Amino acid sequence: MRIEYTGLSEIKGSLVALDGVKDARYDELIELTLEDGTRRRGRVILIEGERVVAEVFEGTSGIDMAGTSTRLTGKPMEIPLSEEILGRIFDGTGRPADGLSEVYAEEMRDINGAAINPVSREYPRSCILTGVSAIDATCTLIRGQKLPIFSGAGMKHNELAAQIVRQAHVASDAEGEKFVIVFCAMGIKNDTADFFRRDFTESGALDRTVMYINLASDPIIERILAPRCALTAAEYLAFTKGYHVLVVMTDMTFYCEALREFSSSKGEIPSRKGFPSYMYSDLASLYERAGLIRGKSGSVTLVPILTMPGDDISHPIPDLTGYITEGQIVLSRELSQKGIYPPVGILPSLSRLMKDGTGKGFTRADHPDLSNQLFASYSEVSSARSLATVIGEDELSQADKLSLKFGSEFENRFVNQGMYENRSLETTLDLGWELLSILPRSALSRVSDKVLDEHYHGKG
Amino acid sequence: MVEKPKYYIYGINGPVIRVRGGRELPRMSLVYVGAQRLFGEVVSSSGEESVVQIYEDSAGLSAGEEVVPTYAPMSIQLGPGLIGGILDGIGRPLSSIESMAGSFIARGMNLDSLDAEKKWDVTVRIAEGDTLAPGQVFATCRESGMIEHRSMVPPGLKGRAVDVKPSGQFTVTEPVAYLEDERGRRTPLTLAQRWPVRTPRPFASRRSIDRPLVTGQRVIDTLFPVGKGGCAAIPGPFGAGKTVVQHQLAKWSDADIIVYLGCGERGNEMTQVLDEFRELRDPRSGRPLMERTILVANTSNMPVAAREASIYTGMTIAEYYRDMGYHVALMADSTSRWAEALREISGRLEEMPAEESFPAYLPSRLAGFYERAGFVDTLGGEEGSVTVIGAVSPQGGDFSEPVTQNTQRFVRCFWALDRSLAYARHFPSINWTNSYSEYLTDLMPWYAENFGEDFEELRGRVMALLNEESELQEIVKLIGADILPDDQKLVIETAKVIREGFLQQNAFHENDTYMLPAGQMAMLRIILHLYDSARTLVAANVPLRLLTETGIFAELERMKFGLGGGTDPQVYIDKVDAAVEHVRKLNS
Repeated sequence: MRIEYTGLSEIKGSLVALDGVKDARYDELIELTLEDGTRRRGRVILIEGERVVAEVFEGTSGIDMAGTSTRLTGKPMEIPLSEEILGRIFDGTGRPADGLSEVYAEEMRDINGAAINPVSREYPRSCILTGVSAIDATCTLIRGQKLPIFSGAGMKHNELAAQIVRQAHVASDAEGEKFVIVFCAMGIKNDTADFFRRDFTESGALDRTVMYINLASDPIIERILAPRCALTAAEYLAFTKGYHVLVVMTDMTFYCEALREFSSSKGEIPSRKGFPSYMYSDLASLYERAGLIRGKSGSVTLVPILTMPGDDISHPIPDLTGYITEGQIVLSRELSQKGIYPPVGILPSLSRLMKDGTGKGFTRADHPDLSNQLFASYSEVSSARSLATVIGEDELSQADKLSLKFGSEFENRFVNQGMYENRSLETTLDLGWELLSILPRSALSRVSDKVLDEHYHGKG
Repeated sequence: MVEKPKYYIYGINGPVIRVRGGRELPRMSLVYVGAQRLFGEVVSSSGEESVVQIYEDSAGLSAGEEVVPTYAPMSIQLGPGLIGGILDGIGRPLSSIESMAGSFIARGMNLDSLDAEKKWDVTVRIAEGDTLAPGQVFATCRESGMIEHRSMVPPGLKGRAVDVKPSGQFTVTEPVAYLEDERGRRTPLTLAQRWPVRTPRPFASRRSIDRPLVTGQRVIDTLFPVGKGGCAAIPGPFGAGKTVVQHQLAKWSDADIIVYLGCGERGNEMTQVLDEFRELRDPRSGRPLMERTILVANTSNMPVAAREASIYTGMTIAEYYRDMGYHVALMADSTSRWAEALREISGRLEEMPAEESFPAYLPSRLAGFYERAGFVDTLGGEEGSVTVIGAVSPQGGDFSEPVTQNTQRFVRCFWALDRSLAYARHFPSINWTNSYSEYLTDLMPWYAENFGEDFEELRGRVMALLNEESELQEIVKLIGADILPDDQKLVIETAKVIREGFLQQNAFHENDTYMLPAGQMAMLRIILHLYDSARTLVAANVPLRLLTETGIFAELERMKFGLGGGTDPQVYIDKVDAAVEHVRKLNS
């Protein structure tokens, strides 16, 4: 039995300090009992001799210095886990938020997790098809990958994420593979959370979904804990229970802002744009929990969503994310304004693992060539367009005119698709070749003659 | 009652531990912290308090726990068995950690880098009574199919060989012989020796850099070469292909040993290196690449203090093999993550921040790291080198940030990766207008001898064409290419062949992933042969359109795949001549 301490010596922001504490462990969970009997939880973040500073998850408003008693639990923050969590909704600290009872715990797990040993990792190679052409053809999602969606305010990233969740399946469709979703909301509006809940219900995915919800009005410390709870649940489902887990996390921007708010309340030295200097390590400790482990059947695939402040891809949040994740799907304001859905900006989007999970033996032999050529041809469209704005479309050379035609067809027929349209890979790839056939054969320098003979059906 | 420990934990803030009790601890010495004996290093001391950074997660530690000083600096065990292995940032073998703790990394595992059980087939190279000097090889063994391990008398020791054992089977800690110094003190000579990672290993003298690290990458070998023993930086925003360039260099460059340092990067990338390098064959020896590769992995989610230490661990291993007389290339991916680790720890130590809140000593630490590269005469009288290739991940792709700027001061070769080239899938996305190599002049004699007497001239002409094109492109953006006169159109067409045919190199195509010097020279000659022939046509008022319609330009853009597959370069020269002849006839 550990001692209870009565009274606090300082309250500042979401932090409380206690003096005369012995045996406090760094990072352990504490329980505060307020004068009126309500309980709050917190975590030790600094020890200095007999002084202990802790962050309180629910915030410190209403806490009385003299009347609060504190108990040290001696354990880090843990959440209860069992397969029963499927179909349930929790708050950012892992407590039930759906009015149902506590989960019967098969196991309690530290939410901080541990790093996967690089030696134990298995390199991800199986391709997940989403039925979205812009992703499947040019920015393929691989099982075990972390592939974020970089969006901006007002763009349809939530719809895209929901569509991915609805349609995702594995190329080599082995029967009986168990597929579940972990959804983590950080600081999003109630409507957005509702949108996802409704969408999961309609598609019948709800009973294989676990949700950890921290809304915009909930405490920021819980926002920092929410993804850790979600990823701990994902790791448990994947590596202990053998599920293939797709984790959707939204919105990482709000998470990072919570991190900044908390850091500044601790009086830490700020780095770029006021974000803490450890934000890279902190984000990595989340994103790197995706992956495959040799000898274990499950997988954790991560699709975090973030809104780029001011659509600026060099802002610290997308920037640090891009350095950690294995590619990114970037939504384009320009396409969005043209009414194209999903507005995936093809050129800045990238899937780093795609080269090892597509092509012969994985998808279709011509897939990598097609994707390469689509990138190259589409990148020439923008220079033809800017030239057209200067000298007028009529004055363009024949090659530039064809390039313009290819560009608009590509955007309107290939990138653009219905929210409930699930295109097969065959359809997507064939459509790609059809569009490339608008261009003269000599303009397709990334593809060998052999592949062209097979797939090119333009006039020459 | 247990006696109260002398040193104990007073304060904890993340990886920064404040230790009290007893006298101040020596700076940079190693300590064991707490009941789990977590590794830590003293970073500062003042009177009664010492500050320790620990290399593992500090969760669960509490004030009052014991701290055990070692009074020795952080060091790593060096010896046979490093090659083919993968170590963490402080030199612990990750595969042993896996077999002890499973798929997730546990704390408090104090392991040495070498396998203590394994017996090596050792040939003893000294006889009883021999005079021994530092750096002298006393025993050799075959460490891998490609590398002979040469065990050397550690720096600072000299004397006479006594009690020399015959050649045979030894573990890394069994004495092969003893060294008796002039005062009669005996030191055992074992296959393994220790060296403090933050101290550069000594050598006899530095040499000037006179030969390049041949990488098989055209844009590097031909335009911006790095010398053996030199330093190069690869800065680039995310997605520009830094890691692929590093992997390509690790695979194909003509170093004897590769130390690949994954510092704060992705876990899957290390897995990929492990997988690929076991399968891929070295083009010179035909052996698996892993037989010359050592991996040091401290991925982004592993403890940050160990990330800071990892570049020194990698560098010490590189220097150790250099001392055996090998040419070593150290790939550090990425130095920015290392600098950020420095910043993170500095922030926790509440030091005064400088630019972008990096500590003020960032430049001197960077200098200290890059200056450990070099081409040297070793203590043992061999020649060896350490070439450092550091990736830099500038925030937002902005090269004016402190890490890129300070790195630029200490490297002489700068391969600037470019986001717009990457978006157009031009790889390697090394931008030819703002990259440079200061080694070029030093290396010219070597190039004249090995690439050809005309190398300097060909390279100069290619660079001139590329520069001329980038100026012309400014005009094209405004008025379109159709308006240009034929001689300028020819520059644009030729530059396109250079860009897409020569500079672009497909890392994932078996015929193109690397190219020998002869092939690179042949390509330069063929492209310029086309340019010269076309110029004479244009001068004779033959429309350039006729020549482009023959498809010869597109053909040369793809010739790398042919040449890489063994096609004779003369075939392409003939094709150029045939096309030119065809156009001449057509026109007359």
